[in-house]
Amino acid sequence: MIKKEKNKLNKLDYNIRLSRNICNKLLTYTIIVFSLISIIPLLLVLIYVLIKGGSQLNIDLFLLEPQPPGSQTGSAGGIGNAIIGTIIITAIASLIAVPIGVGGGIYLAEYSKGGFFSKFIRFGTNVLAGVPSIIAGVFIYAVVVVTKVIIGSSFSGVAGGMALSILMLPMVIKTTDEGLKLVSDDLRKGALGLGATMYTTIVEITLPHAFKSIATGIVLGLARAAGETAPLIFTALFSYYHISSFNDIFYEMSSLSVLIYNFALEPYSAQNQLAWAASFILIFIVLILNIFSRLFSRRKSY
Amino acid sequence: MKSELKNKFTLRLRSSSDKWIDSGFKNLSVAMATTVAIVLFSILIVVFIESKASIQNYGLNFLITSEWDPINNRYGAFTAIYGTVITSLVSLLIAIPLGIGTAILLTEQILPRQITEIIGLMVELLAAIPSVVLGLWAVFVMEPFIRPLLNYIHLHLGWLPIFSTEAVGPGLAPAILILVVMILPIITAISRDSLEQVPNRLREAAYGIGATRWCSLFNVILPAAISGITGGILLALGRAIGETMAVTMIIGNSNNFSWSLFAPGYTISALLANQFGEADGSQISSLMYAAFILMIMTLIINIFAQWLVKKLSLKY
Repeated sequence: MIKKEKNKLNKLDYNIRLSRNICNKLLTYTIIVFSLISIIPLLLVLIYVLIKGGSQLNIDLFLLEPQPPGSQTGSAGGIGNAIIGTIIITAIASLIAVPIGVGGGIYLAEYSKGGFFSKFIRFGTNVLAGVPSIIAGVFIYAVVVVTKVIIGSSFSGVAGGMALSILMLPMVIKTTDEGLKLVSDDLRKGALGLGATMYTTIVEITLPHAFKSIATGIVLGLARAAGETAPLIFTALFSYYHISSFNDIFYEMSSLSVLIYNFALEPYSAQNQLAWAASFILIFIVLILNIFSRLFSRRKSY
Repeated sequence: MKSELKNKFTLRLRSSSDKWIDSGFKNLSVAMATTVAIVLFSILIVVFIESKASIQNYGLNFLITSEWDPINNRYGAFTAIYGTVITSLVSLLIAIPLGIGTAILLTEQILPRQITEIIGLMVELLAAIPSVVLGLWAVFVMEPFIRPLLNYIHLHLGWLPIFSTEAVGPGLAPAILILVVMILPIITAISRDSLEQVPNRLREAAYGIGATRWCSLFNVILPAAISGITGGILLALGRAIGETMAVTMIIGNSNNFSWSLFAPGYTISALLANQFGEADGSQISSLMYAAFILMIMTLIINIFAQWLVKKLSLKY
């Protein structure tokens, strides 16, 4: 009697030799291996940049100008002007992209009533987000650099910033739109019911509540812009010198990413070393911005 | 009594400055939103106008000849188009199983939560690494490392046209591998989102009738998430086609056409990055023609992706 009961129970037991269970195990192990494969490149890149770039950190690296390849001084100099250049170009890009992006996002989330125009703008934003970065460079080259519309300067930091702003714009619009949509409608109705205008409602009630998600989007956009190279190589070009006055933003300007690109392909090892050091700084900046945006989005209010 | 009420609820009209600010703000935001459309259209129009001379000169022959000769003014982009298509498709083929597999691991509670959170964070950080840094790493670390492996493949499978040359340095194959690294986070992130949106009751129902984990994944969960996953794959394809820096640094930049994946080649974006700075005259217009082709390719893929996501998305 007891034996019979046990036999019945056995039917519920997990049988490892069933083909479906073997298959299940195999597939599970396969995706564990897959995900290990996908994080290996990150680890390798970080380790190499840390070793090759981190070992060269010293005060000269942050202050000096880079030496042209093949110069006789022996050392390759520093990347001071490229760090400042990256900061300036990214700042110009966000000065253009943030007002336009936040304004467009406000229209989509607050004013539009889901008609054709707003659908079209949302669609256009998604398409613009998919435009290859090099095309943004080509566009600004044709519109700004060749025609010299900005006080007669051709290659300039401003042109580089404009190219980067095209890449930032869709990101800022999307996060503003989504951030504002998350704000509870009761707040809007409450403000309007008290007799506030739409302007007051948006500026004093909804925008402050969506601030964190908008800030996340802007910071992520900054991180992307700081790391972009393709739009800069024929808009901002490159320069071996520090900027000395405000007017210098209308001339060729160096940036970390273009410095890495130019110096990686030089046959001189001193320049290659400088490219690794610049990679270290660039990855540091980008990762810091990413962690910042994570902190912003972690604490959700509404 | 009446006068008291009147004092409390006086009807006050908005001052004209209030009205002006209000409507001005609205018009401003409409203008900002319109800017997006203007930028998008002017990109298309400017690139088209700049390439017009070349389109008239070479016509569709541009797409099927592989000569790139600035001295004699003869241009054809077949090498670059072949490079663009083959690198993006092969890298997609490698990245799809890796990306979706990782996304499944991240959502289906196979490993303890702490471990999957770390893996998820690392995949997201991988997306943040600038492509030029990946290119630097590919040139100095990855390419020398995989070269013996590629040559081993050439030795044993050299009779296939795609493996027919010896790997001696930069080429299509390392470019494909670096593209895999770049598009993997996109596929993982979007597949992860859409797997997370599959309602738990579908999983419970599948497990409840005795399906194994993979049986329910293949028959229930993945079909339910397919719209998001397909959209993610198409977005990744668009990114792979347009990706510039890492590819330019590692693909070898050669306009001599070869079927082999181990030979140096070109992609459209690498062609632009490499030659635009020093080009003039008819070469500029030919490069613009190539940029126009690239633009149209990514536009079609993006629009198709958006349409497909809308069409396939299931409502619960």
